[in-house]
Amino acid sequence: MTLAERAYLPAIFQGLTITMRHFFRAATKKQVTVRYPDETRPFSPVFRGLHVLKRDELGRERCTACGLCAVACPAEAITMVAGERKKGEENLYREEKYAVSYEVNMLRCIFCGLCEEACPKAAVYLQADKMAPPRFERDEFIYGKDRLVEPVSPDKRSKRGIQLTPEQAEKLRQKQLT
Amino acid sequence: MTLPALGWQGLVVLVVFGVSLLIATYSTYAERVIAAFLQDRVGPDRAGPFGLLQPLADAVKLFTKEEFFPAGANRALFVFGPCLAMTTALMSSAVIPFGNVLQFGETVVHLQGIEINVGMLYVFGMVSLGVYGIMIGGWASNNKFSLLGAIRAASQNISYEIAMGLALIAVLMISQTLSLREITIQQASAAPFVWQDIFNWNVMKQPLGFIIFIVCAFAETNRTPFDLPECETELIGGYHTEYSSMKMGLYLFAEYINVFVASAVMSVLYFGGFNFPFQYDLRSWLVSSQGLELVTAQNIITILGLVGLFAKIFGFIFFFMWVRWTLPRFRYDQLMRLGWTILIPLAIFNIMLTGGLITFGVIK
Repeated sequence: MTLAERAYLPAIFQGLTITMRHFFRAATKKQVTVRYPDETRPFSPVFRGLHVLKRDELGRERCTACGLCAVACPAEAITMVAGERKKGEENLYREEKYAVSYEVNMLRCIFCGLCEEACPKAAVYLQADKMAPPRFERDEFIYGKDRLVEPVSPDKRSKRGIQLTPEQAEKLRQKQLT
Repeated sequence: MTLPALGWQGLVVLVVFGVSLLIATYSTYAERVIAAFLQDRVGPDRAGPFGLLQPLADAVKLFTKEEFFPAGANRALFVFGPCLAMTTALMSSAVIPFGNVLQFGETVVHLQGIEINVGMLYVFGMVSLGVYGIMIGGWASNNKFSLLGAIRAASQNISYEIAMGLALIAVLMISQTLSLREITIQQASAAPFVWQDIFNWNVMKQPLGFIIFIVCAFAETNRTPFDLPECETELIGGYHTEYSSMKMGLYLFAEYINVFVASAVMSVLYFGGFNFPFQYDLRSWLVSSQGLELVTAQNIITILGLVGLFAKIFGFIFFFMWVRWTLPRFRYDQLMRLGWTILIPLAIFNIMLTGGLITFGVIK
């Protein structure tokens, strides 16, 4: 070692300048930390989050309970019971057969999106802006139709999941357009 | 000393006591924020604005935690250890001259707890006693790791006290006194030359001595890179492994008070204490141009000097923390080699150098 290296002090000052640079960067510029509960990171446009059962343009449920999603599901997270549409229910269900119950177990689900691909009626989607939130009880993770079906009016959407702020949603839309 | 003056002096003692505690409290906060910034993190910012209430929350937490005594511990000594560490840490700030005199009519108040003519020796004595708190606590814990930490603390403090004392002797050779107030006043300068004030500070006459002293101060206060008595990786927590609740808090507090006292001692010994550049120019300007009385002008200078000394102290405290989050911990053999084979010979060389320079009249 040279004398300068053995004296150790030049190395100390070098190290001190490096840490001081970091100090001023953190103290003056915007920090990289995302302060989570206050601010959330924007999701990727291709993010696969919480499931939704879509309605068509007339507000009728699209799902016809064919069971292809349950077959496609590698985690066997989806169960459903099919039922026949009665007379007078044409404004509720699009097809003659519909799902009386439709359950997704979010503890089993691996959010692969194969159900979405399998669906011939474009009924089930994994939302890009909403995650399955943490819960205290296991049975709360079994999502029934009450929590899966898209609300009739967009402003009545479920508030259970983590939702984007309007600005974040706008940013996401811009991203998706480009 | 008259009775009201004595009362004032008592008030000063209380204020010094309170300020030491306050600075120690906020040192914990400062350490966390500085550590965070040095590592590109955020640090505590939840409790109050900028997290300023965090020390309060920490204190409440420490006070309400379970008081735990390990099996086989010597209960009396187990309690006595942190008390001793805290007491000695607090006592050493008593002789620091925080400011010059304030004069209100007949009453003269020295901004210093007590003025004794061997102030430097007193500080050294208290710092040496401080290690007993660590030793007793480590021994009474009935834990191998605690004992190792305690033994390390003791041997480290003894080793570095020698180099520290030798570095100090060079300062004493220049100042010819052990009184901290005297040493401070000698560093003042009435010369008109612009930078004369700073050139008169001891750090200009004793650069090598100052480096030795600050390295030893790091070792004496058990701060990184010399925090071997409490290194987490090998000794879990060292001497305070078994401590919980406010007894643990007292140890941590004592460390921060020691850092404060070490910073204050370094500011007083090497960085001019309560002197600041242009102080006499400012005073004569206040008297001649602003038409103030000499006493009032001196009071203003005293208060500015107090602020200046605290600025220096905070600078040193920041430096302590800055170094902590920059340098890794020394290995134990490296620590001992640095202390005995490098710092002590260097300090002796510094004494001889200073002696030579005094003999040939270069510095006085």
